[in-house]
Amino acid sequence: MLLNQFLLLSAILFTIGVYGVIVRKNGVLVLMSIELVLNAVNINLIVFSTYWGIAGQVFALFTIAIAAAEVGVGLAIVLLIYRNQRSVDIDELDEMKG
Amino acid sequence: MWFFTHVWIIPALMALSFLLILFFGKKMPKKGAEIGIVFVGAAFVLALLTGGNWIAWSNDNPEGHGPAAEGAALANVDPSCSSVAAEAAAVGEGVEQVEGKTAASEPAGAEKGGHEEVATRPVVSCVNWFENGDQTISIGTLVDGQSVLLLIVVTLISLLVHVFSTDYVHGDRRYTHYFAFLSLFTASMLFFVLSENTLQMIVGWELVGVCSFALIGHWWEEKPNSDAALKAFLTNRVGDIGLLVGVIVLYFAAGKSFSILDLNILANEGGISHNLLLIGSLCLITAVMSKSGQFILHTWLPDAMAGPTPVSALIHAATMVVAGVYMVARLYPVFFEGLSISGSSVNALSMIGAITALFGAMLAFVQKDIKKVLAYSTVSQLGFMVTALGVGAWTAALFHLFTHAFFKACLFLGAGSLSHACHHSFNMVDDMGGLRKIMPKTFWTYLVATAALAGVFPLSGFWSKDEILAGTGSFPGTQGANGEYHVMLVMLLLAAFCTAAYMTRTIWYAFYGEYRGHGTPHESGPRITTPLIILASLGAIAGIVNLPAAFDFLPEGAQTRFEHYVEPVGLYFPAITHAGFNPALAVVSVLVGLAGIGLAYLYFFKDAFAGLHGLAERNKVAAFFKNILVNKYYFDWLYTTVIVGFVKGPLARAANWFSANVIDGLVNLVGKTAVGSGNWVYKNVDQKVVDGAVNGAGSSASGVGAMLRLTQTGRIQQYAALFFAAVAILAGVFVVVIG
Repeated sequence: MLLNQFLLLSAILFTIGVYGVIVRKNGVLVLMSIELVLNAVNINLIVFSTYWGIAGQVFALFTIAIAAAEVGVGLAIVLLIYRNQRSVDIDELDEMKG
Repeated sequence: MWFFTHVWIIPALMALSFLLILFFGKKMPKKGAEIGIVFVGAAFVLALLTGGNWIAWSNDNPEGHGPAAEGAALANVDPSCSSVAAEAAAVGEGVEQVEGKTAASEPAGAEKGGHEEVATRPVVSCVNWFENGDQTISIGTLVDGQSVLLLIVVTLISLLVHVFSTDYVHGDRRYTHYFAFLSLFTASMLFFVLSENTLQMIVGWELVGVCSFALIGHWWEEKPNSDAALKAFLTNRVGDIGLLVGVIVLYFAAGKSFSILDLNILANEGGISHNLLLIGSLCLITAVMSKSGQFILHTWLPDAMAGPTPVSALIHAATMVVAGVYMVARLYPVFFEGLSISGSSVNALSMIGAITALFGAMLAFVQKDIKKVLAYSTVSQLGFMVTALGVGAWTAALFHLFTHAFFKACLFLGAGSLSHACHHSFNMVDDMGGLRKIMPKTFWTYLVATAALAGVFPLSGFWSKDEILAGTGSFPGTQGANGEYHVMLVMLLLAAFCTAAYMTRTIWYAFYGEYRGHGTPHESGPRITTPLIILASLGAIAGIVNLPAAFDFLPEGAQTRFEHYVEPVGLYFPAITHAGFNPALAVVSVLVGLAGIGLAYLYFFKDAFAGLHGLAERNKVAAFFKNILVNKYYFDWLYTTVIVGFVKGPLARAANWFSANVIDGLVNLVGKTAVGSGNWVYKNVDQKVVDGAVNGAGSSASGVGAMLRLTQTGRIQQYAALFFAAVAILAGVFVVVIG
C-alpha cells in the first residue's frame, strides 16, 4: 500500500493551499486555495478509510458537499465585494483594522 | 351582689355619654345636653340602687366578731387582685365556726362605740389589666360604704349641675364640648372613687385633673382663664410627684402589690414598718395639699374660679377637690399607723388641715369676688375635713364631705344665679346688692346654705362640724376620741367663727343695701332655681343621717346611720374610736358661729363698731395686716417672683452659660473634628486610594487595549497566517505530548 505516498501528496496539496490562502491577492484565487486545503483533507480521509472502514469516504462526501456550498457563499461575497470596490484585491479590505 | 360586681357600669355609662356627645352632640336638637342629662340621670338611679343594696347588704351581715369573722368578711374579695385579703378570707373560712362564737361572747366589740360592730363585707372584683414579667396589674372596683357614698354624691351633684348648666351656659360657643367634658369628668371621678388599686387611683386622679384643666379654661380666649387653667394643672403636678412617690413606696412596702385592701390590711396588722408608712403618708400628704387645696399649694383653687360657675360647683367644691380627702380616707391605715394618729396631740396631716381651715377662712374676708369668697371657704372647709382625718375622726371627715357637697354646691350655683342676673359679674361689692326682693328663690336657698355652712343648729353643717370638733378630743369632757389635739380645736373654732362672719358679709353685699350694678336684675329660670332648692333642702336636712349615738331618746336605729353604713370595720380599717357627743362643745360651737354672724351683722347691717370702718386707711398696723390678706399671704408672690424668679434669673443664666460654653463648645469640637477627619479622608483615602484604584484599572485596560489593537490589522490573510501558525504549533505540541 502506498500510504506514505498518499499522505505526502496530501501534505503537499495542503501546503500549497495554505500558501495560496496567505499570499494570493485575488479573492477568487484565495477561495480556490481553500479548495486545495479541503481536498488535501479529503485525500487523507479516503486513504485512511481503507484501514478503518467506510466512514472516511462518507466524511469525504460530506466535505465535498459542504465545500460546494462554501464556494457558493464565498463567490457571492466576492461578487458583492467586487460590486462595491470594483476590485477583488483582499489587501484593500482592511476596514476592520483596530 | 349584682350591683356590687357590676358597679363598673356607672362610670362606663358616663364614658359612653362623653363619646356620644362628642360624636353626635352637635347634631342633636339640644346640642348634646340631653345625652348628658339622660346618662347622668341613669347613673344616679344606678348609684341610688347600689346604695340601697349596700344598706341591705350591711343589714343582713352575719353576726360574729374577732379576727376570724373579720377574715371571713373578706370572702367577696376577688383573690386574683388582693392576695393578702384572700389569705385572710381563707383563714377566716376555716375557723369561723369555732372562733366566731367565742369571740362573739367577748364584749370587746361592744366596748368601742357603744354598739356592736360587725365586720364590713367589701366587694372587690377585678380583671387583668396588663402583665409585666411576673407582675400582674389588675383593674377593678372596690365597693364598700365609702365608695357607694361618693357614687351617690358625685352623680347627684353632677345631675343637678347638668340641669343648671343647660340654662347657665345656654348659647355658649362650646356648649356641646362643655357637656362632653362634664360627662368625662363624672366618669373619671366615678372611676377614681371605685378604684381597686392605687395605680388605678392615680389614673383617675390625673383624669379628673385633666377635666378640671379643660373646664377651668373653657373660655380660654381670655388670657386670665387659660392662665388659671395652667396654674391649676401645674400646681397639681407638684403634688402629683408626691402621689407617685408615695404610691411607689407603698407598692414596695406592701410586697409589690398595688391593691388597696392588701396595703390597708398589711399597714393595719403591722406588716409594714412604721418608717415606711411615715414616708409614704408624708408623700401622699403632698398630693392632698395640691388636689384638695391645702396650704401651701392651695393657690390654684381660687384662680380656678375662672371656669364656668357650675363647673366650680361640681369640680372645685363638691367632688374633685375632695379627691385628696377621699384618698386619705381610702388608705387610712397607712396614715393612722404612719402618723401615729392615735394617742398623740399633733401630726402633719392635722396641722396642715387646721392651718388651711383658719388661714383660708381669713382670706375670704378681703375678697370682692363672690366666687373667690366661696373658693376660700372651700379651701377652709377642706381644711376641716383634713384635720378631721388627721385627728382620727374618719367618719366626721366623710360626713362633712357629704354635707359640704350639698351646701357648698348650692352656694356656688347660687353665686352663678346671681351673676346670671347681674350681667355675668361676680363682683359683689361693686355690681350686686339689694337682690333679696328681686331674686327670692336664690336668696332663700343661699341663706339656708350659708346657715348650714356657718353651723347653725339644726342644719347639716352643725352636725358634721360638731363631730369634727368633738373628734379633736381636746374639749373637756369629750369621751372616746383618738387623741388630744388642743391646737386643732382652737384653730377650728376660730375658723368656724370666721366662716360665719365672712358668709354674713357676702349676704350683706349680695342681697342687702342698694343695687350697685347696671341694668335690671331678674330672678333666674326654673332650670337654675330647681337645683338650688334641691341642694338647699339637702344641705338643711342631711344632718339627720348621722345623729349622735348619745341621742338615745330617738327610736332604735336612728342614730349614727352614716357611721354604721359608711365606716368600714375589719381587717382593712384601723380600730379608730369615736368621740361621743358633747353637749357643752355643741353649745360652744353654735355660740361661736352665732357670734360670727352677729358681729358681722352688727358691723355690716347696723353700721356698729364705727371706729373699725375704714380702719385700714387710718391705722398702719391694720393696713399692714389687711395688705397681707389682700396679697393672699404673698404665696403667689413667693411662687412667681421668688421661686420662679430664681429659676428664671440665675438658673436661666447659668443654663445659658453652660449651653453657650460647654454644650456649644462640645458641639463645635465635634463638628471641627468631623470636618478635619473628613478632609483627611478625602485627601488621602478617597483621592489616592480609591481614585487611584479606579484610574489604575482604567489606564491599565487602555494600555492593554492599545497593545492588542496592533494585532488587529484588518488584513484577512494575516489572520489566516496567524491561524495556521497557531494550528501548526498546537499540532506540534500535540504530537510531542501524545507521542
